[in-house]
Amino acid sequence: MSVRFEVNGKSVSVDVSPRTTLADCLRHELHLTGTHVGCEHGVCGACTVIVNGDAVRSCLMLAVQANGAKVTTVEGLSPEEGLSPLQTAFKTHHALQCGFCTPGMLTTIHALLSEEPNADEDRIRDVISGNLCRCTGYITIVEAAMDARASYQQSRGDKE
Amino acid sequence: MKLPQFDYQAPASLSEAVALLMAGNGDARPLSGGQSILPIMAFRLAEPSLLVDLRNIPDLRGIEISAAGVRIGAMVRWRDILDNAQLKVVLPLLPEAIEHVAHYQVRNRGTIGGSLAHADPASEMPAVALALDAVIEVVGAKGKRDIAAGDLFTGSLSTSLSHDEIIVAVRFPAWPAARAYAFEEFARRRGDFALAGVAACYDVDAQGRAKNVRVSALSIADTPIRLKAAEAAMEGRVMDADAIKAASAAASAEVDPAGDIHASARYRKALVGTLLGRALTRAAARTAR
Ligand SMILES: Cc1cc2nc3c(=O)[nH]c(=O)nc-3n(C[C@H](O)[C@H](O)[C@H](O)COP(=O)(O)OP(=O)(O)OC[C@H]3O[C@@H](n4cnc5c(N)ncnc54)[C@H](O)[C@@H]3O)c2cc1C
Ligand code: FES
Ligand code: FES
Repeated sequence: MSVRFEVNGKSVSVDVSPRTTLADCLRHELHLTGTHVGCEHGVCGACTVIVNGDAVRSCLMLAVQANGAKVTTVEGLSPEEGLSPLQTAFKTHHALQCGFCTPGMLTTIHALLSEEPNADEDRIRDVISGNLCRCTGYITIVEAAMDARASYQQSRGDKE
Repeated sequence: MKLPQFDYQAPASLSEAVALLMAGNGDARPLSGGQSILPIMAFRLAEPSLLVDLRNIPDLRGIEISAAGVRIGAMVRWRDILDNAQLKVVLPLLPEAIEHVAHYQVRNRGTIGGSLAHADPASEMPAVALALDAVIEVVGAKGKRDIAAGDLFTGSLSTSLSHDEIIVAVRFPAWPAARAYAFEEFARRRGDFALAGVAACYDVDAQGRAKNVRVSALSIADTPIRLKAAEAAMEGRVMDADAIKAASAAASAEVDPAGDIHASARYRKALVGTLLGRALTRAAARTAR
C-alpha cells in the first residue's frame, strides 16, 4: 500500500505491506535507524517517535496508519549542527551508557517538555516509566530532563 | 515478533466498517488504538485476515456532557479523557481510574472503546463501566443496540459483541451531587497491569448514610466483578471506620481469585480488602469536606 507522510519536516512516500510497523518503515524503508526496536510489543519504549505532537510507540502503530501524519524521530530533534539542549543535557549528566533506550527517552521527554515545560520531577518520572533503561538507573536521565526544562520554557516564552 | 500478514482497510463510515466485518465472517477485526491487538498479533494470539481501522469514522469521536450524563465516543483516547477538565467534575471516578492505565505513550493512542471490546480482566475501564452502570452503544449488521456494562463481559478477553458489531460510544448516567467515590489499585510499577484494583462509589443521603452502593473489582476474576457482599455491608450505613472495616472484610471473603506468577490467590484476596479499605477511607474523607 502506498503511504505518504512527513518525517522530520520532509514529505516521504513509501510502498509497504499493512503488517509493516511504523518503526520498521522508518528503519528499513527510510533508513532512519535512530529509532530503536527492542521488544516489538509495546513494553520497552525504545521505539518512541512523535506523531502529530504526541509521543507514541512506533512498534504499535502500522506504517499505513501514519498516512497524512507529521512524524518526528530522534534524528529530527537535533539542529543542523551539534546537539539540541535536551541532547546536550543528556551528555552533561551522563544520561546514557549503551544508548539503546536513548532515542525513546529523548523523543518522549521532548514531547513532554514541549507541551509541559514546567513538568516537575514526579511528572517526568511518571512519563518515562514507560521507557526501560538497563544501564543508567534513571537518575541521570531525570536530572538531564530537569535541566533541559529551561530551554523549553524559554522557547515557549519566545513564541508567546 | 514481527506481525503476521493481514489486509488493511480504513473505511470512512460505520456502515462500510460493519459491512467489512460482516464479510470477514469473524476473521476481520476492528482496529482502534492498536495498543492491545497489535501486541497480541505479535504474540500470534490473534491472526485476523483483515484489520478494519476505525480512525476515519467521525461518529466515534467526542465527549458530550449533558444533564442526562456523559457520552464518550469509542475512539476517544485515554489522553483525551485525562485532558478534559470537565470530566474531573461531572464524572470524577473515570479520570481517577484512567490515570492508572498504561504509560504516557500508550495513553496517547489507546481508546476507551478498544479497551471495553478487548475486555482484559486486569484493565481499569471495564471495572469502572460496571461500577458506574455504563451503557455501551454498539452498531452491527442487525442495527443498533445498547448493552449494559454488566452484560458485556463474558470472560477473559471475551464479550457479548458479535463479530460484526462495533462499539460506537459509552454512556454514563448523570453523577449525583452527593456522591462519594474512589479508585484504588496496586501494580508493581505505575502503569503496569494491576495485581488487583477496586472502584467504589455511593450516594450520601441526608443522614449521611451510603445509598446505591457500587463496588467493582479488576484483576480478581475472568471478568470485572461487582463485590456484592461488600456493597451489602455498606448499604444504608454511615461510612465510619467500623463500616469500612466490615466492607473490606466482606470483600476479601467474597472473592475467589486465581494465583499466577505475579501474585498468589491468598495475596490477591487480602489485597482486595486492603484496597477497598483505602478507597472507602478516601471516599469518606471526600464527602466530609
Ligand atoms: C505496555 C502496555 C501497558 C498497558 N497497560 C494497561 C493498563 O494498565 N490498563 C489497561 O486498561 N490497559 C493497558 N494497556 C492496553 C491499552 O490500554 C489499550 O489501549 C486498550 O486496552 C485497547 O485499546 P485500543 O484502542 O488500543 O484497542 P485495539 O488494540 O485497537 O483493539 C483491542 C480489541 O478491541 C477490538 N476493538 C477495538 N475498537 C473496537 C470498537 N470500537 N468496537 C468493537 N471492537 C473494537 C479490536 O478488534 C481488538 O480485538 C496496555 C498496553 C500496553 C502496550
Ligand atoms: S520496541 Fe516498541 S515498545 Fe519496545
Ligand atoms: S543507556 Fe543502555 S539501556 Fe539506557
